[in-house]
Amino acid sequence: MKDFHEKKYGMVIDLDKCTGCGSCMVACMSENNVPFKEDETKKRLSITWMKVYKFTNGKSFPETEVCYLPRPCMHCEGHGGHSPCVSVCPATATDYSTETGIVSQIYTRCFGCRYCMGACPYHARYFNWWDPVWPKGMEKQLSPNVSPRMRGIVEKCSFCYHRLQLAKEKAYSEGRREVRENEYQTSCTQGCPAGAITFGDLINPKHEVYKLKKDQNAFRLLERLGTNPKVYYISSREWVRRAGDNYLAHEKTGKKQNH
Amino acid sequence: MFPFNFEWIWDISHLVFMGGLWYALGIIGTGMGYCIIKTISDTAQGKGAHHDEHH
Amino acid sequence: MDSALIPVGVKRCSFPKFMLLLGAAGAVLAWGVFAMLLIWIKGLNQTNMNDYYGFAIWIWADLAVIAIGGGAFFSGFLKYIVGKDELKNIINYAVLLGFICYSSALLILAIDIGQPLRGWFIFWHANVHSMLTEVAFCLTCYFIVLTIEYLPLVLENRKLDKIPFFHNLTHNMHETMAVFAATGAFLSFFHQGSLGGVAGVLFGRPFAFREGVLIWPWTFFLFTWSAAAFGPCFTILATKILEKVTGKTLVKFNVIDLLARISGWMMLTYMIAKIADTAYWAFVLAPSKGFDVGFFYTNNEFYGWWILILELVICGIVPALILVTKKGRASKTALTTAVVLAVIGVCLNRWVMVLQVMAVPVMSFDTWATYCPSWQEVATTILPVAYAVILIAISYRYLPIFPQEAELNPIAPEEALADEQESTEETADVAGAEPAAQT
Repeated sequence: MKDFHEKKYGMVIDLDKCTGCGSCMVACMSENNVPFKEDETKKRLSITWMKVYKFTNGKSFPETEVCYLPRPCMHCEGHGGHSPCVSVCPATATDYSTETGIVSQIYTRCFGCRYCMGACPYHARYFNWWDPVWPKGMEKQLSPNVSPRMRGIVEKCSFCYHRLQLAKEKAYSEGRREVRENEYQTSCTQGCPAGAITFGDLINPKHEVYKLKKDQNAFRLLERLGTNPKVYYISSREWVRRAGDNYLAHEKTGKKQNH
Repeated sequence: MFPFNFEWIWDISHLVFMGGLWYALGIIGTGMGYCIIKTISDTAQGKGAHHDEHH
Repeated sequence: MDSALIPVGVKRCSFPKFMLLLGAAGAVLAWGVFAMLLIWIKGLNQTNMNDYYGFAIWIWADLAVIAIGGGAFFSGFLKYIVGKDELKNIINYAVLLGFICYSSALLILAIDIGQPLRGWFIFWHANVHSMLTEVAFCLTCYFIVLTIEYLPLVLENRKLDKIPFFHNLTHNMHETMAVFAATGAFLSFFHQGSLGGVAGVLFGRPFAFREGVLIWPWTFFLFTWSAAAFGPCFTILATKILEKVTGKTLVKFNVIDLLARISGWMMLTYMIAKIADTAYWAFVLAPSKGFDVGFFYTNNEFYGWWILILELVICGIVPALILVTKKGRASKTALTTAVVLAVIGVCLNRWVMVLQVMAVPVMSFDTWATYCPSWQEVATTILPVAYAVILIAISYRYLPIFPQEAELNPIAPEEALADEQESTEETADVAGAEPAAQT
C-alpha cells in the first residue's frame, strides 16, 4: 500500500529548448507570493525560487555559445532523505517527504540560522532580509493558497506544493486516490513558453519525466557530490553537460544516475 | 527535546543525543542541588559565621 | 573609595583611573549595543550578508572565541582530572576568560538569527541529526558549567565572603568543582567538536566536507583538539596582556611554562593530524568530487595559497615547535611570539572553515562570492571585546583572580596597614549607618 502511494516528484528541463526568457521566474514569483523590493540591483539579495543562470562555453566569437539554465530547488534526496539542507536544520524546519520526494520548508518553524543556505550548493535557498511589502493595490493579486513569509526566515521553491494539495482535494472529492499527471503541474512548467520544463513523478512509468530522465543527454547538477537531486537537465551539447558538474582536466564528462 | 514534542521519535539518535543532554544536566543539577542544600545546612549550624579573611 | 572591596594584600590603581578605563570600554560597548539593537529592531538587512554569504563575520567570531575560550575547559581538565595542581594559579583567569568567551558566543548567536524570539526552537524542536543542535545544547550546558565555576570566584570578593551563606557556598562549590570540571570537559569535547562538524558535514561544499567516524567528520575531532591545544595559548596571552597593563607579574613562570609545554605538545600533534587531513582532502577527497585543490586557492581576489601556509606553517608548526622546546619557552620574546601566532592560527582556521567555505563556488558556472561586513557587523563583533575588557577589569580589581599576585607583588607594610584601616573604617561606617537607616 505504501509503495503504491510513494511518489518522487521531479523535473526535466530541456536546455536545448530554453531561451532564457525568464517566464518561469515570473510565473514562480507570482504564484508563490515571492516578495520583491524597490531596488533589486543587488542580485544576491533578491529572492528567486526559480533562477535562470547564463553561462557560455568560454570561447570567443564566432565560436561563442550561450546556455540558459533554470534552477529551481533540486529537492535533493541525498542518501535516505538526508539532503544537504534537511540534515543540518537544527529546528526540524525543513523536511524530506518520503511520500512525495518534496523538500518542505516550515516558515513558522524556521528561526533564520541560515545553516541550510550554507549547506545548499545550488544556492536555491533564500533569506528574507526584509519584511515583504507589496506596492499599494498589488497585495490584492496575492495567491490565497500560499502564505507570505516574514522577515528573518528562509524560503525556497516548494514545487508548488499547494497545487498538489488542491489536486489531492479534487481527486478525493471525485472519489479517486491518485492525482493525474496533468492535475499537478508547477507554475514554472506551465509558464514556460518553449515547453522546456516537464514535471511529474520520476518513478511513475506513465509520466513523461520518467522517460525523459532516461535520455542519453540527461544529467543532474553536481551529481558527484551525492546530493541526489530530482531535477534533470537535457542538453545535446557536451560542454553544457560538462558544466553541470565539476571535472578534473583529464576526466571525461560522466553520467551517473541514481534513480 | 521532550518525548511529548510531536517530532520526538524513540530511535537510537534521540536516545543517545537526548540521553547525553539529560545526563549532563542531571549531573549539573544534582551537583548544584547538593552544594546549596549542604550550604543551607552548614549555615544553619553556624559554620562560616565568624571566619576571618585568611581562610 | 572602593578599597573595602579590593582583595587584601594587593594594590590597585586609583578609582578615577579605573573609571576612566571602564568609561572608554563602556563607550565602545555602547556603540556595539546600539548596533545590536539596530539589528534586532530592523533585522539582518543591517548587515552585508547575502544569500551567497549566509554565514559571515559573526559566525567566524563565534567559532574563534569558543576556540580561544577552550583554555577554560582544558585547564580545568588538566587541574581537576589529570591533577596538575600548579594550574590552580591560573585556572581562575582561564575560567573568567571562558565565561566571557562563551557568554559572547551566545550573544552573537542571539544577534545572528533572523528571528531571535524563536531561538528556543533549537531546543524545543531539536533535530538531533544537526551539528548545530549539538552545538546549541552543549554550548548552553557548558555556559551553565562556566557560570558555576565563575560564581565561587565572585563570592570570594572580600565583602561577599563575609556573608556566611556565600562563604559556605563557595567552600562547598570548591569541594565539588571536580564534578563540574569533568562535566565541562565532556560537554566541551562535544560542542567544540560539533562546531567543527558544522562545516565538515556539508557534503554539498567540497571545500569543507570531510569523511569521518560514525556521524562525526574528521573536523569534529580536529576542532576539539585544536581548541584544547590553542585555547591555553590565549589564556597565556591574556595573562601577558594583563601583566603588561598592570605592570605586575601575576603568575609564576613555572605555571606558564607548564601550560605552554602541554599546549605546545598538543599543538604539535594537532598539526600532524591537521596536515594529514589536509593532504587526504587535497589529494583524494576533493579530486573525487571533481575539484583540483588549486581551484580553492586561485582565481579569486583574496584566498590564495598564502592562507594555507599561514595557517599550517607560520601560525601552526612554528609556534608548536617554539613551545615544545625548553629554550623557546624560557625566552620571553619567543614565548610571546608563539602564543600570539598560535591565537592567530586557530582564529585563522575558524575563518577558513566558515568564510572561505562560503566564498568558494560549487557549481562550475558560478562565481566566487565576496563579502565585506557592514559597520553594524563590525560593531557587534567588537562588542564582546569591550565587554571582555570591562568584565576582566572589574573581576581583576575586586576578586582574588590570581592567587600568587600578593606573593609576587608585596606591598609596603604601611600601605597594607593604611589599606586595612580604610577598609575597617568603611565597614564601621556601614555598620553604623544601618541602625540609623532603620530608625
